[in-house]
Amino acid sequence: MEFPEEFKYTEEHEWVQVEGDLVIVGITDFAQDALGDVVFVELPEVGAEVTAGKAFGVVESVKAVSDVYAPVSGTVEEINEELPDAPEVINTSPYGDGWMIKIRVSDPAELEGLMDAAEYQAHVAEEH
Amino acid sequence: MIVGTSGLVLNEKLLFEHSDAGRKGYSLPALDVPATELPDGLCRQEIAGFPELSEVDVVRHFTRLSTWNYGVDSGFYPLGSCTMKYNPKVNELAARLPGLADVHPATPDHLAQGALEMMFRLQEALAEISGFGAVTLQPAAGAQGELTGMLVVRAWHEARGSKRRKVLIPDTAHGTNPATAALAGFDVVPIASEGVLTLAEVEAHMTDEVAALMVTNPNTLGLFETNIAAICEVVHARGGLVYCDGANLNALLGIARPGDMGIDVMHFNLHKTFATPHGGGGPGSGPVGVSAALAPFLPGPWVIQDGDRYRFAGSSESIGRMLAFHGNFGIMLRAYAYIRSMGAAGLKHATEMAVLNANYVRARLEGGYHLPYATRSLHEVVFSDRDLPNDCHTLDVAKRLIDYGYHPPTIYFPLVVKGSIMIEPTETESQETLDEFCDAMLAIAKEAEMNPDLLHAAPVRTRVRRLDETAAARQPRLRWEGVGEKG
Amino acid sequence: MRYIPHTRDDVAQMLGRIGVGSLEELFVEIPATVRLKRPLQLPAPLAEPELVRDLKALAARNATPENHVSFLGGGAYQHFIPAAVDQLISRSEFYTAYTPYQPEISQGTLQAIFEFQTLICQLTGMDVANASMYDGASACAEAALMAVRLTRRQRVLVSKALNPRWREVVTTYCRYLDLDVVEVGYGADGRTDLDDLAARLDGRVAAVIAGYPNYFGVVEDLAALARLAQGAGAKLVAGVNEGIALGLLKSPGELGADIVAGEGQSFGIPVSFGGPYVGFFAARMKDVRAMPGRLIGETVDRDGKRGFVLTLATREQHIRREKATSNICSNQGLCALTATVFLSLLGKQGLREMAGQNLAKAAYAREQLGRIKGVDLPFAAPGFNEFVVRTARPVKEVLAALEQQGILGGIPLGPDYPELADAFLVCVTEQHRRADIEVLAAALAGGAA
Repeated sequence: MEFPEEFKYTEEHEWVQVEGDLVIVGITDFAQDALGDVVFVELPEVGAEVTAGKAFGVVESVKAVSDVYAPVSGTVEEINEELPDAPEVINTSPYGDGWMIKIRVSDPAELEGLMDAAEYQAHVAEEH
Repeated sequence: MIVGTSGLVLNEKLLFEHSDAGRKGYSLPALDVPATELPDGLCRQEIAGFPELSEVDVVRHFTRLSTWNYGVDSGFYPLGSCTMKYNPKVNELAARLPGLADVHPATPDHLAQGALEMMFRLQEALAEISGFGAVTLQPAAGAQGELTGMLVVRAWHEARGSKRRKVLIPDTAHGTNPATAALAGFDVVPIASEGVLTLAEVEAHMTDEVAALMVTNPNTLGLFETNIAAICEVVHARGGLVYCDGANLNALLGIARPGDMGIDVMHFNLHKTFATPHGGGGPGSGPVGVSAALAPFLPGPWVIQDGDRYRFAGSSESIGRMLAFHGNFGIMLRAYAYIRSMGAAGLKHATEMAVLNANYVRARLEGGYHLPYATRSLHEVVFSDRDLPNDCHTLDVAKRLIDYGYHPPTIYFPLVVKGSIMIEPTETESQETLDEFCDAMLAIAKEAEMNPDLLHAAPVRTRVRRLDETAAARQPRLRWEGVGEKG
Repeated sequence: MRYIPHTRDDVAQMLGRIGVGSLEELFVEIPATVRLKRPLQLPAPLAEPELVRDLKALAARNATPENHVSFLGGGAYQHFIPAAVDQLISRSEFYTAYTPYQPEISQGTLQAIFEFQTLICQLTGMDVANASMYDGASACAEAALMAVRLTRRQRVLVSKALNPRWREVVTTYCRYLDLDVVEVGYGADGRTDLDDLAARLDGRVAAVIAGYPNYFGVVEDLAALARLAQGAGAKLVAGVNEGIALGLLKSPGELGADIVAGEGQSFGIPVSFGGPYVGFFAARMKDVRAMPGRLIGETVDRDGKRGFVLTLATREQHIRREKATSNICSNQGLCALTATVFLSLLGKQGLREMAGQNLAKAAYAREQLGRIKGVDLPFAAPGFNEFVVRTARPVKEVLAALEQQGILGGIPLGPDYPELADAFLVCVTEQHRRADIEVLAAALAGGAA
């Protein structure tokens, strides 16, 4: 299972990649594995406001459904348009082509509260 | 002996692929009044793709489809929480008697006295069996009974000016419970159990915002909620009500009554406890029993006795109808026939044999499969796949059981046990059947060690093998898409 | 007991294997304080012949078309049921099976329901239909809630000409969800009043629900209703009160409905004093994830062979729990199968022919009754197989007089519509012979009216 060093993570199993005042968000390798084959993804619209800790989308497998939570507050700048038609990308490339949304961060201080890779790996080990 | 064996399996196309223009499978008398037409613009074109088949085509089609199914009449069907007992044949006759099947629901009461009397007798019998003050027969199924019960809970609170919005639901509950609570406008507060609910856990959560506690007793682990009376007292003392999911009533007939435990509302599943057939997914019937204080809120109308007559009556405080008419009368008739056939001693005997069977299966499989709870089981027992080797899981055991000729138990429920295998044999199965089934289960556990591929490949004797559910969900094909051409 | 196989010896052996001395010991976990300390007070058990006698005695005390000429409809219809229907649904592989959770041994149920979904789509003109609901009324209530989910609005407009019992069920379901249920009046012709509807439509309205045909047997102008509803951003729900009508009427889908909720009892299911029936529910594909109830989908097995499975289950209660689209857990499986067999037998021609006979016989009855002094037919809009009759004499007396002649003349409208206290609803189907209609006309002309 992969835990890329350059990302930050949430307790709810989202990853965050910081690019200036934008962040890219997806779900982790651990999350996609626990969920199984992803069959459906629901994303917010571009321009929507998201709030740290609140759900912004949904991923579904055949027998499970999970909300996806915003790691930070801000405005949705871009969404991965490919996902609705190819949700399996979340399984095959959770940290790459399976990215979900880009958020323009309203309060960069919120990034401080996120876990680094080692902390997240420990969190996963504890939860598993 | 392996019950499952291979035989002739017939293929069969979809109805629409059989269709041939000009065929028909019906006959109507010639029209004996002048033909009329709808005004312009109201009449549809011919329905594209609609089947055209002879009676023979239709009979063969559905007969073949039936052979791809497995029912209680085919063999042992130990689905936990579903109470797949034998469905007596005379009950089918009951529902088909023309004097009952052909009574229109709008028939004036005085011309439907037989139908009303049967409903009245069934209401009374269910009230006596459960210890409740009043029963409505209207809800169509367990989930609708639950909704009825929770709406009644809400109405009772509102009538007292109480705005309570929270409902406590233990982690062992059926999935319908939270969905139902939400549909009745409540917020769900999950609470933990340790096999059974503890008084301390309920006390910790029972605030003056809590409208009700929803329990299942015996719970989905097949365990009796031993603290139920004290729990009911605490909930009542703090102004709440206790709802009981009656799915598992088959463990209690003639032994104990939910109404006597302090429970305020419960739904029955006539299709479980009272032997009416499951029909491949319905119709069921979900009557609701309530304490006398809650009776005025039940959905009307219900049947009352008025001298030597029977009639429908209602209440101005009722939550209102749940269905267009009086409920699933045809299912009520079957349950009535069952209760009349069994009598009090017969019902109690059924419960005793159901509990005996579950404990016998437990004794035979213990050691072969991991048993997460050591408490004495009632009507069902839950094992898990924890000790299975070679990447063999509950799903593989279930599929392999099919090759042995059995319907699998309930799997992956309840959620509190990882990889759960929930077995409810019911009382209508003989020791011989249970032994054959347990032999199969133990043989499968051995196969998991020696030849796990058998489990991973299963089933192999069925018409279709494991199906691609992921593809079905990613690209939903929910109807036949051809337009009339022969397939 | 003939349903329980255990002999005394079996019980003793099994107790031995379990390691307890008595049956009583199996119940040790149930505290004495909550035990029942007396036998249940139920009538003595009946042997099978006694039970059959008891049931026949109950059956003998009901009015049916065998001993009365009945013109009762109002949401439950007496249509001809070919013998093959009951024969096929009596295959116990169908009726003693559970929900098809194990698809490899449930392909019979699954394929039949897939066929049911297809037939309902064809009849309603919609993209997608579920595996069925409890009945037309609860399907209608679920449609209202689906419209609320889709629009995130909180008001439901219900035509007063919708079956009043369906209206009541919609109200019950909406009762504690902070939703308003508001009625829209009907006009002088018996159809939903479009002006009243237009006046009540605004940005708060999630759904407009109208019958098709409506409770008065009248065919609504569904296209106009759809235009108005959708113009205000609301969903139009067509509530099909009588399924046979779809053999002849333009489909609700063609006329622009967003959701169709209907009663399928007419498709081969006996009236059975109100149930079990089968609700059907159809919608547009774009809204499929907001639909309630189970769905069957086509897929392939490991060897590439076609098969069917329950699908899109993440909408449902066992997975999504309190956020599910409904708490419904079952469908009316066997009733949906019944409808599928019935519609297969009738087929393209038969359904149209049966619908045509209903239309013609009801029209003939209307004409015959309309000539009678003291009888008035208040609603002029085109109808299907039911119509409203107004009489000079009080309805109670008219129906009682008809009853004296072995006729169940219809359903009084007064209890549901005070303004129609002098009227009742008459239903005529293909089951009525011309002579039956003439008996009713003669009785009314002979003084009953």
